[in-house]
Amino acid sequence: MDETTKHAETQPHELTPWDRVQLARHPQRPHTLDYIGALCEDFTELHGDRRFGDDAAIVGGLATFAARTVMVIGHQKGSDTRENVKRNFGMPHPEGYRKAQRLMRQAEKFAIPVICFVDTPAADPKKESEERGQANAIAESILVMTNLRVPIISAVIGEGGSGGALALSVADRLIMQENTIYSVASPEATASILWRDSAKAADAARALKLTAQDLYDLRIIDEVVAEPEGGAHQASQEAIRMLGERIRSHLEIISQIEIGTLLKQRYQKYRTIGTYLEA
Amino acid sequence: MKEFFRRRKTSFTTGEQPEGSPVPDDMWVKCAACRDLVYKKELNDNLKVCPKCGHHMRMSAQEWLDLLDADSFSETDAHLRPTDPLGFVSLDESYADKLVKSQQRTGMPDAVISGMGMIGGQRLALAVGDFAFMGASMGSVYGEKMSRAAERAADLGIPFLTINTSGGARQQEGVIALMQMAKVTMALTRLAEVGQPHIALLVDPCYGGVTASYPSVADVIIAEPGANIGFAGKRLIEQIMRQKLPAGFQTAEFMLEHGMVDMVVERNQLRATLGRLLRLYAGRREPVAQFMVSSEIYVNGRT
Repeated sequence: MDETTKHAETQPHELTPWDRVQLARHPQRPHTLDYIGALCEDFTELHGDRRFGDDAAIVGGLATFAARTVMVIGHQKGSDTRENVKRNFGMPHPEGYRKAQRLMRQAEKFAIPVICFVDTPAADPKKESEERGQANAIAESILVMTNLRVPIISAVIGEGGSGGALALSVADRLIMQENTIYSVASPEATASILWRDSAKAADAARALKLTAQDLYDLRIIDEVVAEPEGGAHQASQEAIRMLGERIRSHLEIISQIEIGTLLKQRYQKYRTIGTYLEA
Repeated sequence: MKEFFRRRKTSFTTGEQPEGSPVPDDMWVKCAACRDLVYKKELNDNLKVCPKCGHHMRMSAQEWLDLLDADSFSETDAHLRPTDPLGFVSLDESYADKLVKSQQRTGMPDAVISGMGMIGGQRLALAVGDFAFMGASMGSVYGEKMSRAAERAADLGIPFLTINTSGGARQQEGVIALMQMAKVTMALTRLAEVGQPHIALLVDPCYGGVTASYPSVADVIIAEPGANIGFAGKRLIEQIMRQKLPAGFQTAEFMLEHGMVDMVVERNQLRATLGRLLRLYAGRREPVAQFMVSSEIYVNGRT
């Protein structure tokens, strides 16, 4: 099967991977607080990592979802420049991840399921983040999620950028909306790393297999969630409702699994990712 | 019991240059730090640390195995081979070609050697990265070998040493590579469950997805002097983020100062340091070898 045939089969709207990148980054796409606001009641935001500060690029707190208390945590992008500056364009600092860890441990303490919304270009790569241990913060988040004794669902609602996204997506169910992306690095970064030319990002986007459908085919994610015609930004409330319905359904299923079994399944889910030959 | 790496004379001085290599096997090496010419034999006898300025040069995974007691190493999972899971469409060299070239140049199937061995008579599992193999980028084979080594250590109830150097996740394996960060971290929880330590050694350079996963949550993190260690590369921070970086930014010493590593240890002190740590975590007061000879009853009484 050549590339074009395969492409046409898996993507009925004939959107290229680069088109999906643009849709995933669309500033009018609903963001984490839009989802929380529409899907949850009584959202009570909890702030700060108790060590350094409060990072506006990650929001989280308690809420009621589908008639139960949940801990919702997500990357938060802005819809305009001013909010994006405040939110650091959804690029968390170490204190953002440490806040998320705090909330996850609290969810475990009170036996509350965790719902994560993933939407980040990357973890913040600035000098100050390095000084405060960005690598450690991401690693700790991954570790916390590997054996957190409550159900975790992660939904990619925009950009799933590299380790910055992984730190909120080690989960029992990882689902993606159809026009979102998840990648080892941004297409621009990959093009720059491999071909020394970030302008080749569209080629990188195709090569990286970063669309929801690609990642479903690669068995990395559990479900591709449909969006309204034209993308989530065309009918935000409908997009939110459609995703919310799928989260509710998954939550219902995994909440009934005994936690020891669920942890074993989570272990297997990640332990089996990888393609190699036993020569 | 001041011990140094063993077998170094054979592995450091002979047969390391692949046949037909454009670089001749010179008798002299130029130190990248002080720019002085160093007699190669002297350099190798000094564990590839510049005798003039103390600069720690990079070592291959094979060379790192000399950290173990003589003849104690047995390799595991040597049969794992990389594939091209995405059918990565490259604009220049294909992933498959890159793999073959790296395999020919290094003699390794992928960027990690794993196995078991001893340090100061104490058994441990270990996994070592080799920067010469595609920047020791973490793909499926890297992640699988690390994970199996961690699980094996857990099954046997022995400590696990990782020697880490990497440019980050392997781009050509996409999200599969990214997910290895979670996979190895996951496998290491088994080790934690059986109460055995993970000791991570960070050597130059160590970046991206590797730094941002399992080594940064090790029980003990040791860095080599001067090693560059970080999450985002310096060029990215300077050129994209347009920030001025202070001298010494992202060095091992910088990491120590900011509380990110436990200690910076010179290469000729590594065996002694690791031996001591293994002993301490095992709850032993004396080196194993001396112990067995001097007081068998006491050993039994303790275990």
